[in-house]
Amino acid sequence: MSLLLVLFFGINISLGSVSIPFSDTISSVFGGETTNNSWSYIIWNYRIPKAFTAILVGSGLALSGLLMQTLFRNPLAGPFVLGISSGASLGVALLIMGSSIFSSIAAINLVSNVSLAIISSIGSFGVLFCVIIVASRVKDTMALLIIGLMFGSITAAIVSTLSYFTNAEKLQQYVYWSFGSIGNLTWEQVTILCVICVLGVILSIISIKTLNAMLLGENYARTLGINIKKMRYLIILAAGILAGSITAFAGPIAFIGLAVPHLTRQIFNTTNHKILVPAVLIYGAILMLLCDTVAQLPSSANILPINAITSIVGAPVVIWLLVRKRKMIF
Amino acid sequence: MSGELLIKEKNTNTYTPQQLALEISVVLTEKIASKNLTVLELIALGRQPYTNWIGNLTEKDKTVINTAISKVDLLELKHKKCYELSDGQMQRVMIARALAQDTSIILLDEPTTHLDLYHKANILKLLKSITYNTNKTIIFTTHEIELGIQLCDKMLLLNTTNNPYGSPNELIEQKHFNSLFPEDTVTFNATTATFRVKK
Repeated sequence: MSLLLVLFFGINISLGSVSIPFSDTISSVFGGETTNNSWSYIIWNYRIPKAFTAILVGSGLALSGLLMQTLFRNPLAGPFVLGISSGASLGVALLIMGSSIFSSIAAINLVSNVSLAIISSIGSFGVLFCVIIVASRVKDTMALLIIGLMFGSITAAIVSTLSYFTNAEKLQQYVYWSFGSIGNLTWEQVTILCVICVLGVILSIISIKTLNAMLLGENYARTLGINIKKMRYLIILAAGILAGSITAFAGPIAFIGLAVPHLTRQIFNTTNHKILVPAVLIYGAILMLLCDTVAQLPSSANILPINAITSIVGAPVVIWLLVRKRKMIF
Repeated sequence: MSGELLIKEKNTNTYTPQQLALEISVVLTEKIASKNLTVLELIALGRQPYTNWIGNLTEKDKTVINTAISKVDLLELKHKKCYELSDGQMQRVMIARALAQDTSIILLDEPTTHLDLYHKANILKLLKSITYNTNKTIIFTTHEIELGIQLCDKMLLLNTTNNPYGSPNELIEQKHFNSLFPEDTVTFNATTATFRVKK
């Protein structure tokens, strides 16, 4: 598994718009000389940060999806069921399109990658915060799921209203953001994302025992001595910071969070989170590296939107697995 | 609802969920969320109140789990997935899980629903043998009054008025079963301890 991850990492960084021989890639990674100096620059400042981002995004979203599916006992739940990505979209939509409506002067300076990341974090956490407040008032986790979906609808409605009134250029800018991109991160941003993801993973590891108990249902989990209310917050928080920060830096990446936990469950044929948590981290990373490799269309100058690729690559795999096993394992 | 519940002369409200899990285990009517657990995994979850932060099983935990499995006669089904089991087998697994939790009290909510007469009797006999062999208190709710009369030590009749409590024989002598259901529909025969539909 880990070997596979390293292999895909290698393939990922050796392919790109500028064709660099594999031997040069390897020697560059290990600090050696390359035939062409700019190659080393490309690899160290563009491809490796991008590959690391892919790993973080893939693992983080997959783990977040696993947490949500177990918490809601619903195979269709994903990292974004709590309205996290719609919150981020709302933030970004307000920044890009709202600025053109409210003040056209400030707009040009405002819209940069960093401010996009900040505003979408604020958006996702804003929505997550609302959902948590509501969560403290409802006892039923299923109701929480519906509430999350409703928040998603509201934000989607606001976004479409904004796009109706905005000009074509701003709209295009917003649409580009929603395609998702993992190639624009600097080393500093990768480091920040990495720290946040590690925090999310630690929270998830703490929750492993609870997650296993939740396989019996919340009522059984309660009689096993688990403080359901507290653990529910902890799991939502873990999923929220993972999905929220990733959406902030890489845009709303679809599908990984929904599909990887299913793939992992099918492959390992288990529901034990002691196995699932590390397994989804690795599978998520592998799938994301693979998608990114496909997205940059090796040796071509074009880069396809990553958000489309994750679904095109991922969906058939899940369908194939389900058809082969003939039933859904949850 | 009002009143208070005492376990070992201590109000249950003062117990933490963790402490309560060491005193009471339950078998509920609701279906478990994931049917993809194996029988062994499911029963092992009963040890959660005793395991460390990540849920590793010690040798003692494994012994308790194996005893629970052999007590309810699940050895052959140990590695089956829950979706492969019948309702009666599933009920035995849930009872084994409660046994693995190793509490002095086990509460069961209608453990015999959806089962045929043989499996109903089977489950209730199992519960009875558990109380006698392990010194546990087992409390269950049921609609199977006739089976209850045959197998229970004490019964509490919830008849919405005085809710009489006692051994089945006492309750029969005090004619509590006769008035339990409207007599124009169901009558009680005290000698055979059975109900009859009035034609």
